[in-house]
Amino acid sequence: MADQIVPTDAPVGAGAGLLPAQGVSARRAVTLGLVAGVVAVFVSANGMVSEFAERDVIAELSLGVLWVLMIPLIVGSLAGQAPAVLQGFAAPRPGWRNPAGGALAGLLAAVVMAAFILLIDAVNVRDVLINVRPDLVETEPRLLTFGQGVGAGVALVLAVYAALGALGGALHLLPDRWRRAVVAGVVWLIVMGVLSSLVSQVLRGIQSTTNIWTAPLADALYQGGALTAPAAAVVFVVGAGLYLLLTRPRRTPARVRVRRLPDRSQRIVRVATLAVALLLLGLLPQVLGPFLSDVLNFAGIFLLMALGLNIVVGFAGLLDLGYVAFFAVGAYTAAVLTSPQSSLGVGWIFWAAIPFVVLAAAVAGLLVGTPVLRMRGDYLAIVTLGFGEIARLLFLSDWLKPIFGGAQGIIRVGDVPLAPGVEAGGAQPRLFFYVVFTFVLLAAYISYALQDSRIGRAWMAMREDELVAETMGVNIVAAKLWAFVIGAILAGFGGALFAAKVGSVFPHSFEVIVSITVLVLIIVGGIASVPGVVVGALILVGLPEILREFEEYRFLLYGALLIFMMVRRPEGFIPNTRRVTELHEQELQQDAWLRAKETE
Amino acid sequence: MTTRPVLELRRVSAHYGPIQVLREVSLQIQPGEIVCLLGGNASGKTTTLKTILGYVVPTHGDVVFDGQRVNGLPTQRLVALGLSMVPENRRLFQRMTVRENLELGCYLRMDRAEIAADLDRVFTLFPRMADRIDQRAGTLSGGEQQMVAVARALMARPKVLLMDEPSMGLAPVLVEQNFEIIRQVNQQGTTILVVEQNANMALSIADRGYVLQTGAIVLAGSARELLDDPQMRAAYLGEM
Repeated sequence: MADQIVPTDAPVGAGAGLLPAQGVSARRAVTLGLVAGVVAVFVSANGMVSEFAERDVIAELSLGVLWVLMIPLIVGSLAGQAPAVLQGFAAPRPGWRNPAGGALAGLLAAVVMAAFILLIDAVNVRDVLINVRPDLVETEPRLLTFGQGVGAGVALVLAVYAALGALGGALHLLPDRWRRAVVAGVVWLIVMGVLSSLVSQVLRGIQSTTNIWTAPLADALYQGGALTAPAAAVVFVVGAGLYLLLTRPRRTPARVRVRRLPDRSQRIVRVATLAVALLLLGLLPQVLGPFLSDVLNFAGIFLLMALGLNIVVGFAGLLDLGYVAFFAVGAYTAAVLTSPQSSLGVGWIFWAAIPFVVLAAAVAGLLVGTPVLRMRGDYLAIVTLGFGEIARLLFLSDWLKPIFGGAQGIIRVGDVPLAPGVEAGGAQPRLFFYVVFTFVLLAAYISYALQDSRIGRAWMAMREDELVAETMGVNIVAAKLWAFVIGAILAGFGGALFAAKVGSVFPHSFEVIVSITVLVLIIVGGIASVPGVVVGALILVGLPEILREFEEYRFLLYGALLIFMMVRRPEGFIPNTRRVTELHEQELQQDAWLRAKETE
Repeated sequence: MTTRPVLELRRVSAHYGPIQVLREVSLQIQPGEIVCLLGGNASGKTTTLKTILGYVVPTHGDVVFDGQRVNGLPTQRLVALGLSMVPENRRLFQRMTVRENLELGCYLRMDRAEIAADLDRVFTLFPRMADRIDQRAGTLSGGEQQMVAVARALMARPKVLLMDEPSMGLAPVLVEQNFEIIRQVNQQGTTILVVEQNANMALSIADRGYVLQTGAIVLAGSARELLDDPQMRAAYLGEM
């Protein structure tokens, strides 16, 4: 084939009769390079680069420039990678083709970018694309041209992108484990750089709560919010070193070593781990300080909702897009009962309102669940989407204004009393953390318990084949309604906490986007997997709160992340094992087939 | 026929909207029998099964199970009373293990000791399944899947086992093996109703048979009688 640099290496030591694997393909590198160029132009033209330029990450390197430079590096690595081979097929030997493929991709990305630079230099596109700011090319700091004029800048772009692409491709010359270590090092570097404020706050927090001498470390690492150059080198080495240390051959994973212990010791280990984890989590708000605790509380409330929706979507397989309705019901119930200024004006304490939150959410779950019992898939999604909007419009309506206050909402929602004289509300994020944490723990426990229960099995069967599940004696009506009710109650808790945290409720807090966000974080984290949902909530809700620069681009990034995950890792960050088998069925079957061949 | 039938349809009619699909179907199944329900495409075989299992509510007539009128009862109640089905095309929970499939088979039962005993019984019936117990059902061969489907239905300890087209989609050798399994299950005391298009095969193991045509029973009799019936031979047994 003419479009391939490589006449594909012959399989090395593979069984005769198997097809040789494909090598690095030039056509692929060209495609990837052009796509990367478009992506780089896109993030420049939508203002991300300029927006992030304020923030230095590593020494003088700003997040904006890093953002652009990562693109040729990543695409170089993708283009320089031989396509994945099936087990039993020989992978082509690494060679000059890997960096060459990377460089080609990088160069093409640079060509697209250079065209963009020339365009915005020659024509004023700002009337149409208002985010193409002058600081990209025309005025200092000339982010895209590395501070140079157009001529020198374009030459520099071509050279730098191609070099980065080649570097990315050259990663595949390294043995697998070393390559991963380098990637781990780079990830550490970027994470430590981007999260500088978080890391230094944590380091200072540790010193102030436990008197361990960690604050000077923060000063050593960062200067003006950016990693210093020597610190960057150290972080990279430590990150890569840690990876190598944790993956050294013949190392028995801790989990396996624990399993080899006698039962008694195993239990001790487990209890000890749990105790340490609880202690660390208990200290967390003190270490994190008020701002980060507040962020964590916000993420915790979303996590609560996500755990609930995970039961409905992940366990029972019912796609509910109107989930925000239950969040709203919980929030309004808590608000009406605890605010002295609401229509009822009873001003109960938070805990007294909780049973009614449960009741109201359960009723709402039944109200939504009953009419949709016979619906599945797309139809269910559309109808529940409608229910979500109906709920919001009811709370907003003039008709129910005497109760819910219409657009004015309900203010002065009560705080959460923890002990006589101690109350936690939005103004005491460090105390409020414990309240959120308790509810999240409860929700996680419920999730795990349900997963292994009879109803959990019924849900699983129902998700696979509703009709046959019914033939097994599963009461489909009850199973569906239980999923809706339990999911609704957890969202109701989330709503009640949200009302107490913010201190007021307004209908505009309960738009469709809340449902979508919760669904996205389940999918990205790992559907039907409790740890996955936790990670999803922390990353997708917590991070954007910390990285304020990202706020404007939140949904753009969600979309990009979602597409990436669907293509590369549809099972999520931390998948549920069964889901992996569902989504990679064919691959697994091929593997099984090949294994069978080998043993024959 | 002096004993009380364990399952009986009394002049059952059923409609899908305005279309009548069953016309006064009557049939009786005595305890311990294998009865087959024969018929071509769209003759109402599957609807008859669905009516027995409560998916379709009859517009006229009664379904009587174990002396009790059961039309209109939800499926899970009928399963609890002692009906169990091997669905058409097996329809295992493909992504679950064989064990999980069997566990779902006895979803409604709480008697753990008895369940363990039944599991052993299933293993003696299908020795190969013991090796496959933790394998995902979707990775099994067609014949093995058929065994799991039968085993899953048996785990409910049914009084009557309903089988929808057990020969569908199986190689001829497996079809024969499959009918052998049905005979064995029956010999161990389970009453069986088989719905089949493959009349020859079904009649070779059945005690009695019914023939459905456009929603009505057109022939009934012992397996021998049906095999000898000229009309039957012409229409279903492939003779000119």
